[in-house]
Amino acid sequence: MEVLMAFVIGFLFMAAVYLILSKSILRIIIGTGLLSHGAHLLILTMGGLTNDAPPVLAEGAKNMADPLPQALILTAIVISFGVTAFFLVLAYRAYQELGTDNIDELRGKLKDD
Amino acid sequence: MTNFLLLPIILPFLTAILLMFAPKNIIYQRTLTMIGLIITTGCSLALIQIVHTSGIQVVTFGNWPAPFGISMVADMVAVLLITTSVIITLFTVVYSFKSIGIAREKFFYYPGVLLMLTGVNGAFMTGDIFNLFVFFEVLLMASYLLSVIGGEKKQLRESMKYILVNVVSSALFVITVALLYSVVGTLNMADISVKIAEINQPGIITTIGILFLVVFGLKAAIFPLFFWLPSSYAAPPVPVLALFGALLTKVGVYAIMRTYTLFFVHDIGYTHMILLVLSVLTILAGCIGALSTFNVKNIIIYNIVIAVGVILFGVAQMNDTSMIGAMYYLVHDMLIKAALFFLVGIMIFLTGTENLRKMGGMMRSYPSLAWTYLIAAFGLAGIPPLSGFIGKMLIVKGGFEADHIWSSIWILLSSLVVLLSVIRIFIYGFWGEEKRLVAVEKRQGYWRLYIPATILVAITVFYGVGAEWIMPYMRDAADVLLNPSVYTDAVLKE
Amino acid sequence: MKMNNVILKTTTQVVFFIIFLFSIHIFLAGHFAPGGGFVGGLLTASALVLLLLTYDLKTVKNLLPINYMTLTAVGLLLALGTASLSAFFGEAFFMHYFDHFNIPLLGDTELHTAMIFDLGVYFVVVGVTMIIIQSIGGDE
Repeated sequence: MEVLMAFVIGFLFMAAVYLILSKSILRIIIGTGLLSHGAHLLILTMGGLTNDAPPVLAEGAKNMADPLPQALILTAIVISFGVTAFFLVLAYRAYQELGTDNIDELRGKLKDD
Repeated sequence: MTNFLLLPIILPFLTAILLMFAPKNIIYQRTLTMIGLIITTGCSLALIQIVHTSGIQVVTFGNWPAPFGISMVADMVAVLLITTSVIITLFTVVYSFKSIGIAREKFFYYPGVLLMLTGVNGAFMTGDIFNLFVFFEVLLMASYLLSVIGGEKKQLRESMKYILVNVVSSALFVITVALLYSVVGTLNMADISVKIAEINQPGIITTIGILFLVVFGLKAAIFPLFFWLPSSYAAPPVPVLALFGALLTKVGVYAIMRTYTLFFVHDIGYTHMILLVLSVLTILAGCIGALSTFNVKNIIIYNIVIAVGVILFGVAQMNDTSMIGAMYYLVHDMLIKAALFFLVGIMIFLTGTENLRKMGGMMRSYPSLAWTYLIAAFGLAGIPPLSGFIGKMLIVKGGFEADHIWSSIWILLSSLVVLLSVIRIFIYGFWGEEKRLVAVEKRQGYWRLYIPATILVAITVFYGVGAEWIMPYMRDAADVLLNPSVYTDAVLKE
Repeated sequence: MKMNNVILKTTTQVVFFIIFLFSIHIFLAGHFAPGGGFVGGLLTASALVLLLLTYDLKTVKNLLPINYMTLTAVGLLLALGTASLSAFFGEAFFMHYFDHFNIPLLGDTELHTAMIFDLGVYFVVVGVTMIIIQSIGGDE
């Protein structure tokens, strides 16, 4: 199972890097999304994959799964949700102001600099 | 009283929330921000005294026993940095009244500043590695807002890159924490320190240590990872730049300092040697940058990079003298960078340009500004008895004690470059023929910028001259850093 | 953009309330079962987005005159207030309290201060999501 997860995570990171290195801002944002998904899966895997009972309050539950990675992932998901949303708004505003979504054209000096 | 140490985090947060109810009422925004910050300053000063007299303060959320709940730890390192941050934010807010502009003030500028302070203080105080990530994100989110606020073209452009770099580094942070968790099975920093000593797996721990160096190095702008800093810091207006320059990179430096003294102390020959080499290269890169530009903002920005290198050089020595020096220099650099950005901001305000070649001869009309700037510049370069001298002297002395002769000499030489780069601003800006200033009516209210800047410079002068009184606190801080057991015992006492 | 989609409008009038009620259910279920303030808030926000899709921004603003920034601030205040409640009793920050109450109709119910915290989260999520969507969708 861990090997499969490693492949999935690796694939996500690969796709994320590919997208982040592309020129369109929208693709870059999707890339950062994939990157954080990969990181979340990595937390899950690193916390240990088990077939144990869910970590929900129940009397006498034995062999509970570790609830901590899930809490961490939830937190990380919320944060990446917020950052991605902000990034999207910013990209949209920048597209309106600068008239381009090509990251290549965002280099160098501005005319009024 | 158990929760007193949380006040420097809660108060700015509460103030920011209250500010969000009436964003358009500027008087409300300004007064409430000032009240909140002044109370926070008082609390953090009191906290320094409490920590000094009765040792490290710890509170674990929800009364959970220590390794399971999230601990907040107020040791001397954290408290000193928190107090410095709060004081700088206070002066930045005063400076902003004149310089930031009404439009920005109405668009959640003050809540942004306060939320960033919340994140910075939280990051300094937290005793939980994942919570450190959360506070990093809080301060980054606020910094994203501050870097685009106003929505100028340049800002939009640069903050896009800034956000991208930080999103990637945050993902790396999560990955690194996940790897660390899989090895030690805990997130509490004190517990991690104990567990790392127990499990005795130097290879994987060193790998994680280097990963942490990459993560925090991106925030702290160390050598190969500083590329994003100059352009994205130059875009926002001067008060925001002062806040970023004084606080943000220093949080990264603090995180390196903490992890490299608490976690990764079992293979010092490797990890700290890398830190040493990188710090020397960081100084080199900063020096080249500082001499390469005629943009006043950028000269000071590159000096941030140099200072980061100097502090990390002190951390890499891992001995008493250099650690006191690093701690002293860290606080010094936060104060002096804020002051220098304020002063440079005044020069830009008076001349209407950032280009040093277009400035000149301001000595005639503004002699007091010139002399204040000269004191600040000497303080940065480390002319005795100003504050930069003491920190650098201790760091270099520590370097000699650790037998790193050449790199220590290199630190001394870099001071000359620092001096050259800031004196260049003085020579070009204040000496020579008087060049065109902006129209007189536009220069109105200059004193409202000058006063906070001068007080901050005065504080740095006092910090240098009064080093004798400050040293005991620095010694406390270095003690905590060099003896992880002090930290872990305080957190895991139950 | 002028839209006059009868099917969408008619369905929305029903579906909006179904999603909204479901989000409340998810929010309340959150304490012992999957769910909670974050998911509930997102669902409510999605219901509001459906409204925005069907009608235009102006109509929705007339329909629900909510200042989302204030909503966010209220949510944050609730969350922070719940967390600091224990500080006033001299306990550690973030300490929660709960007890069992006998409420008519519902019977034995466990009331928990974490619920108030979650309500704060719910408000913040609805507020922030709507601010983001309005700022993108606000201008044509």
